[in-house]
Amino acid sequence: MTNHWVDIKNADLIFVMGGNPAEAHPCGFKWAIEAKKHRKARLVVVDPRFNRTASVADYYAPIRPGSDIAFLGGVINYLLSKDKIHHDYVKAYTNASFLIDEGFAFEDGIFSGYNDEKRSYDKATWKYQLDKDGYAMVDDTLQHPRCAFQLLKAHYSRYTPDVVQKVCGTPKEAFLKVCEYIAETAAPDKTMTNLYALGWTEHSVGSQNIRSMAIIQLLLGNMGMAGGGINALRGHANVQGITDFALYAQNLPGYLAVPSEAEPDLQTFLEKKTPKMLRPGQMNFGQNLPKWYVSLHKAWWGDAANKDNGFAYDFMPKLAGASDVLSIFDQMYQGKVHGFLCQGFNPLASVANKKKVSDALAKLKYMVVMDPLATDTSEFWKPHGEFNEVDPGKIATEVFRLPTTLFAETSGSFTNSGRVIQWRWKAADGPGDAKDDTEIMASLFLKLKEMYAKEGGAYAEPIQKLTWGYRIPNKPSPEELMMEFNGKALADVTDPKDPTKVLVKAGEQLPSFAMLRDDGSTTCGNWIYCGVWSQAGNNSARRDNSDPSGLGQTLNWGFAWPVNRRILYNRASADLAGKPWDPKRTVLKWLGDKWGGNDIPDMRPDAKPEELVMPFIMTGEGVGRLFAVGLMAEGPFPEHYEPFESPLETNPMHPKNPKARANPAARVYKGDMEAFGTAKDFPYVGTTYRLTEHFHYWTKQSKINAIVQPEQFVEIGEELAKEKGIAAGDRVKVRSNRGFIKAVAVVTKRIKALDVDGRKVHTIGIPIHYGFKGATKPGFITNTLTPFVGDANTQTPEYKAFLVNIEKA
Amino acid sequence: MNMNRRQFFRVCSAGLGGSSIALMGFSPNAALAEVRTFKLARATETRNICPYCSVSCGVLIYSTGDKSKNAPAEIIHIEGDPDNPVNRGTLCPKGAGLRDMIQSQNRLKWPEVREAGSSEWKRISWMEAFDRIAKHMKADRDANFVAQNEAGVTVNRWTSTAFLASSAAPNEAGYLTVKTIRALGMTSIDTQARI
Repeated sequence: MTNHWVDIKNADLIFVMGGNPAEAHPCGFKWAIEAKKHRKARLVVVDPRFNRTASVADYYAPIRPGSDIAFLGGVINYLLSKDKIHHDYVKAYTNASFLIDEGFAFEDGIFSGYNDEKRSYDKATWKYQLDKDGYAMVDDTLQHPRCAFQLLKAHYSRYTPDVVQKVCGTPKEAFLKVCEYIAETAAPDKTMTNLYALGWTEHSVGSQNIRSMAIIQLLLGNMGMAGGGINALRGHANVQGITDFALYAQNLPGYLAVPSEAEPDLQTFLEKKTPKMLRPGQMNFGQNLPKWYVSLHKAWWGDAANKDNGFAYDFMPKLAGASDVLSIFDQMYQGKVHGFLCQGFNPLASVANKKKVSDALAKLKYMVVMDPLATDTSEFWKPHGEFNEVDPGKIATEVFRLPTTLFAETSGSFTNSGRVIQWRWKAADGPGDAKDDTEIMASLFLKLKEMYAKEGGAYAEPIQKLTWGYRIPNKPSPEELMMEFNGKALADVTDPKDPTKVLVKAGEQLPSFAMLRDDGSTTCGNWIYCGVWSQAGNNSARRDNSDPSGLGQTLNWGFAWPVNRRILYNRASADLAGKPWDPKRTVLKWLGDKWGGNDIPDMRPDAKPEELVMPFIMTGEGVGRLFAVGLMAEGPFPEHYEPFESPLETNPMHPKNPKARANPAARVYKGDMEAFGTAKDFPYVGTTYRLTEHFHYWTKQSKINAIVQPEQFVEIGEELAKEKGIAAGDRVKVRSNRGFIKAVAVVTKRIKALDVDGRKVHTIGIPIHYGFKGATKPGFITNTLTPFVGDANTQTPEYKAFLVNIEKA
Repeated sequence: MNMNRRQFFRVCSAGLGGSSIALMGFSPNAALAEVRTFKLARATETRNICPYCSVSCGVLIYSTGDKSKNAPAEIIHIEGDPDNPVNRGTLCPKGAGLRDMIQSQNRLKWPEVREAGSSEWKRISWMEAFDRIAKHMKADRDANFVAQNEAGVTVNRWTSTAFLASSAAPNEAGYLTVKTIRALGMTSIDTQARI
């Protein structure tokens, strides 16, 4: 979230698309209801299903799964053609005025630089025109034909209300009504908040769904405002924290770039990855990368990381290429991965195409499951009737299952999706011999370290030299770990302007990442968490919930990253002179000599307004990007592409170009393209969803949740039910080209057939929560049905739009 | 007899006559509810966070015992933390079932192994588990570690063992995990965040 849960109450319009917070995030959704009650805010929902968020909305519009960009592109076109934008904001705080490279082009669904064979783009033309000093050229009148604003206008002029109706199946009147409500928030003192979750991410164009909304929020001037922003509601209680700590390959903690084989030494790496200033006088905060990166190596390898060895640059493994859950299982399927450690994760249930995942696991030599519960994954080799038909005798994988403690049985911190880090205290011991994840990881690591010391083996230096100053070596405490990732000074940290002034004494915990240095004098395991355990102690354990501003900022409750800031880009909540766009909801203002207000300034505290330091400090140009320079895989502007499995044979935006049918830059593995089905055999759109009473594949293990939602069902509209002769309560079989599941049919008015591009499209809703292990009735795993293809940027699988057929079982 | 809980106890505390009112079957509903309050009053209250969705609601966990030695705590009740600024004491139908998750019949209690080709689990000790797993990891790492790529660039990576990390683990466990697996050279790493 750019904002936070309580801040939703400050919105004038709550726009929910790609999420269903009333059911998936009920206690956070109360703030939407608060806004309705106390601010007379409007709640608008766009979704394929008339879900429970829709049921309390002021307005609901239906949409075909996988057509969100067409809808949002239509909104952009509406705002631009009706001139409903926040002009001063757009001109000053976005790259609307920036001139784009002459070579940049878009033709029949494909941007310049496309390589058909590689299914990827050379992004050389997706950039600004630069002047002789290397700064981007701008046209403040926004009239130049190559400025981002004019290119944006031209790109989205094709997304007319008629086109939206044709592609999305949303009735034109409903679409226009939604546009009207959104457009009202172009007024400087009106804000729209956007709430989304997996309904946007789980598409082959997931990232561009969100980019589309980012463009809209910039045009309306809603970023940085109280009650504004783009708010990813997200998954688990600590999904934000685990993402921040980069438990994935493409980043290091704090979203640091990870070295790859293209950067053989530290200097090359830092030169390449440190962003350049693109407009004069901007903060370009990313220029501090060397301080963050060197401090991370110091935290991990201590004295063994020094100037002479590039701070142990060679100790950090260099990224091999794609490494995400889909690529890992594809590699495993090909026999290239032999071992697999699975910590609190149930991939057999949660990864696409269960058959492929199961076959991949069967090729492993060893698998280690660390979990509090007996998961489906841990028993992939065990026959469970028709729900898991396997022959254990043919599966040679050695499977270890290690019992871990649950949340109530450990202390430590969780970070909510509003970026607030909160400490938790242990209430009881785990059952039997269960151990904490930390003890298991420490014990395994120490065992390996001992074996390498005794026996030798491949490159053991990074293992032997890893810092390990924990009081009980096999049980590092959560307090010790938090202090470590916060970071400390190894030598006195002095003021760069006055070296005689000591800011932090050697040995002290650091108060913020402003104190980090690139000379090896500081440690920090995650720069964005710096400050969470300062000399003042554990700031995540603070429990003062007072709210003097009335905005719900609660600055003394827990600790938000970065530097306890609650609303990102908050400098943009004030005009160029530093006066709040809406004084009633002041987040930040210029006090004459410094920035102040009701949040930690997202700005150099003493940057005078006339210095024109712009609010989006993490970009080299200081402004928000309507045109995304070189970062997105499939283009600087979002374009509608069909889901890989679509009821339409062509992309209605580009009917004559088969290359532009589905995302041209999405990665598809050998065998997976062949496993896609067509509308001839699978005429209906399948879309997965979550229930109020269940959380992923977890609560099926809990008795009370199993009592209230005991059994797998699928939801179909009345019209389809009638066509297929299916009555409510019938057992049905739902098939995709990858397998089938059986479930109970629920026939509702909540999913209606839509008229799309001249044909009727039915959608089948499929809850995900069931499996063969748990307190619920044994059932099929929903992801038996889903395709093994993901978003081109994130590789998040396309769970929200695929093709199925349905019949009575 | 229509009286609230406080009136009821005032009457009761007035003497034998009062308690006999209860004996005669006039106990109000609130008095029955009081049994639960008494149990919680003796319980230890611990602040924690619901592990399900990323609203990360504050919870109060009530357990028996006072954490003294040989008095293992048992969790008897969980409710929303009214001080938490986000959930303000509320819990949803998912979080309201937390106690049943902690006490699920499917909780794992000891390490187990399923040998290659076998149809069943076998209980093993932690020592055996760590020993066998570490041997597997070392053998795979030593056999497949890539010190340099084909172009001769130092890469120091181990891609043939993969790691999927939990989004329900606390930050501190996540930090220790990333620190140790990167030090081992792993790059086949991912988390639930993506799905």
